[in-house]
Amino acid sequence: MRVVVCVKQVPDTTEVKINPETNTLMREGVQSIVNPFDEFAIEEGIRIKEKFGGETIVITMGPPQAEEVLKTAMAMGCDKAYLISDRAFAGSDTLATAYTLASAIKKIEETDGPVDVVICGKQAIDGDTGQVGPGIAVRLNIPPLTYVSKIREIDPEKKTIVVERLMERGKEAVKSSLPVLITVVKDINSPRYPSLFEIKKAAKKPMTKLALADLGICETKTGLKGSPTWVEKVFSPDLKSVNGEIFQGEPEECAIKLADRLINLGKGVKI
Amino acid sequence: MSYVIIDKEACIGCEVCVPTCPQSALFMKDDKVEVNEKCNLCGVCISACPVNALSIPKEIKDSSALADYKGVWVLVEHDGKKPVTVTYELIGEAKKLAEKRNTYVGAVLLGHNVESMADDLGSYGADRVYICQAPALEHYRTEPYGDVIVELVKKYKPEIVLSGATTQGRDLAGFVATILETGLTADCTGLDIDEASGNLLQTRPAFGGNIMATILCPNTRPQMSTVRPKVFPVPEKVDKKPEIIHFHFDFSKINIRTEVLEYIPFEEKISLADAEIIVSGGRGLGKPENFEIIKEFADTIGAAVGASRAAVDAGWISYEHQVGQTGKTVRPKIYIACGISGSVQHLAGMKHSDIIIAINKDPEAPIFKVASYGIVGDVMTIIPLMTKELKKRLNA
Repeated sequence: MRVVVCVKQVPDTTEVKINPETNTLMREGVQSIVNPFDEFAIEEGIRIKEKFGGETIVITMGPPQAEEVLKTAMAMGCDKAYLISDRAFAGSDTLATAYTLASAIKKIEETDGPVDVVICGKQAIDGDTGQVGPGIAVRLNIPPLTYVSKIREIDPEKKTIVVERLMERGKEAVKSSLPVLITVVKDINSPRYPSLFEIKKAAKKPMTKLALADLGICETKTGLKGSPTWVEKVFSPDLKSVNGEIFQGEPEECAIKLADRLINLGKGVKI
Repeated sequence: MSYVIIDKEACIGCEVCVPTCPQSALFMKDDKVEVNEKCNLCGVCISACPVNALSIPKEIKDSSALADYKGVWVLVEHDGKKPVTVTYELIGEAKKLAEKRNTYVGAVLLGHNVESMADDLGSYGADRVYICQAPALEHYRTEPYGDVIVELVKKYKPEIVLSGATTQGRDLAGFVATILETGLTADCTGLDIDEASGNLLQTRPAFGGNIMATILCPNTRPQMSTVRPKVFPVPEKVDKKPEIIHFHFDFSKINIRTEVLEYIPFEEKISLADAEIIVSGGRGLGKPENFEIIKEFADTIGAAVGASRAAVDAGWISYEHQVGQTGKTVRPKIYIACGISGSVQHLAGMKHSDIIIAINKDPEAPIFKVASYGIVGDVMTIIPLMTKELKKRLNA
């Protein structure tokens, strides 16, 4: 089995703050991390290799410093890495990103051999779109299975996979032929922590950089030029003050007043 | 190769943009801002500049072919018997957009024996219902559903296609937009039409809800969006029959590579998404045992129990109760936030509630800004008092 895991380096959005004076994003002190959902993708990719043999390749598209996330993935157990990096890729929206990543996977298949499973996290925490995974599947002409919470079985002989997909009101078991692309949710596993020994070992694992020319793709289909959507403006979430009735003082009095309001409000609903 | 464009003449050297860059690509040199190779053209800095000195290179292409595209479509999501609520919300929103564009609302209904839903869609505002029925469409699967929709779009050329930002809607829209090579904006919480250009203005939270971004798709059609459930209201029903258009798809020409083996529904509980009243607890509760006080209060008034991310991360209550950017979006009639300060991420998930009530000891907590009623005080004192008072009065 050959598995490709797609990962992204993201700012830790839970640490991002807004400057109240200028109403702008404050990046200071915000770490770049492996997109949390991608850690589950990496873990699952490694588990497939451990069970069936073969290799797990990790790839990312981003600026040169994104190689940090590849090192982390290799320390966890991925065998090799590709950094897809070129100025021409900057400004890519989800359509252009999926096109570029799929082109890279095709290139990797030429050098390393056919890929059986492509794994992505369900979405990245900076963009929260979840669109790149299905987009890669379309470009590779393989079925996408999104929001996977469990791989029930893989049959390498018959080239089939059975997964459970986590949806709003239930779970669904789906069978698909291989090769396939899956996007994973956090229920699927508990990602391992790399040991110091593995971190050292990872430094010797191969990392290859692929630029626009290596992929042999047209410049107009990636980066800003290949992106049908663009950001028109960015602003802080509005917080219109409703000037509500806020009680302060003696807790018992406050509680009685609020209970009073609540019962009045509750006449339209089932209290 | 392009970076963010800096108008050095306009730049006043205020440095406001510098800390906004998620990539640390902006820096100051000789009192003017400069950009380095880390810039990935994400656009976050553009709106930060008070003098509009920053811009992203954009290219408006010849748009004459785009005029052929008309109509606002909604991709219907259903459980086999009736559409799910977000479908109605989208039809209501599509109606507003269609009026501004002087065009029709189309609902796209795929499945097996689903025709009976068409009139229902019409009564919520769909002018036309496109129906494709086949045994292959009995269960939602990305490939046959996506392939049918791609053909429908190519044949009827809608200018806008909306679907719910649900697991199914996101899966389907991502597939369809890639084949059509058009723009798709995820998880929109605001939609409007730009009067000058007629383009769809798609507003969505980004960077974990810390900022809002308005996205355009000016050069390709259709403009596609997935829309967050519970953000828009369900429209009033009207007495109207839609025009029905049957669409026949030749399934023999596609190779469907997936098969749904079984569906396991979750056990029914009070669903947060459907509850009329929600009582949520946050960090202010202090410890897991104190959630019992929230549960008792909720039981007293027949409410569902929600929680902030802080309470879920602390392990006080399970993830399915989480309200916010990374949890559920809710729109109850009454939302009662207990010991929740009201981070942007939490507000993103509940600010569309009809009435918000806040109980928090910090009078400066942002939650009070959006609250119609509230008490400044310790939740551990206030909630038991409320429960006692309400029990007394509701039993009277």
